Amino acid sequence: MKFGVVVSEGPYTHQASDTAYHFVTAALAAGHEVPRVFFYHDGVNVGTRLSIPPQDERNIQQQWSALAKEHGTDLVICIAAAQRRGLLDKNEAERQGKDADNIAEGFRISGLGQLIEMAIDADRLMTFGD
Amino acid sequence: MATLHTVNKSPFATQSLLSCLGHAKAGDTVLLIEDGVYGAAGGTGLADAVAGLGGAVTLAVLAPDLKARGIDEGRLMDGVKTVDYAGFVDLAASHDRTQAWL
Repeated sequence: MKFGVVVSEGPYTHQASDTAYHFVTAALAAGHEVPRVFFYHDGVNVGTRLSIPPQDERNIQQQWSALAKEHGTDLVICIAAAQRRGLLDKNEAERQGKDADNIAEGFRISGLGQLIEMAIDADRLMTFGD
Repeated sequence: MATLHTVNKSPFATQSLLSCLGHAKAGDTVLLIEDGVYGAAGGTGLADAVAGLGGAVTLAVLAPDLKARGIDEGRLMDGVKTVDYAGFVDLAASHDRTQAWL
């Protein structure tokens, strides 16, 4: 079965990005597919490579990046939510005249079309948020 | 069309669980996750709302989140089913659709 996943809460806030990660890991372990995870609202903050949590804590961004690398899951960050919160990839940084970008490996910035496409394509849509 | 409902906030903080129970139909499952697991504890004011379901709606709770909050499985309301993440995935797959009560 194909799962689509939405994460709409920031990392280290309550638990949504952790629950989503554990759900996706369990779904993949059971042989299901998770082609894409869509990060929306404050959830876009998961995708910054500049976060530095204490070393004895989980690193939420790195967990997702590793998952994308291993399973090819497409980690999409909503562009409008990202721009408001200072999440930029190289192209956007150049286009907006900013001096840096901060998107982590395995994440990419795209739009709501990818959310709709995921919802249409998936057998089940799972939403994790606040 | 059976629905898997997920509730992630304590019923003592928000109305999500009560709203959800009011909308859930026979054959649905309500899964309590994150702070929502407080709703599965026995001896609270919620017992009547859950008893009102008459068993038509299954109430389930995510065991790792119970454990993280120090709630012993022996303290749950009668009839609450515990699942792990694999069980969460199975519930999502075995129902026709899901609804997160955010």
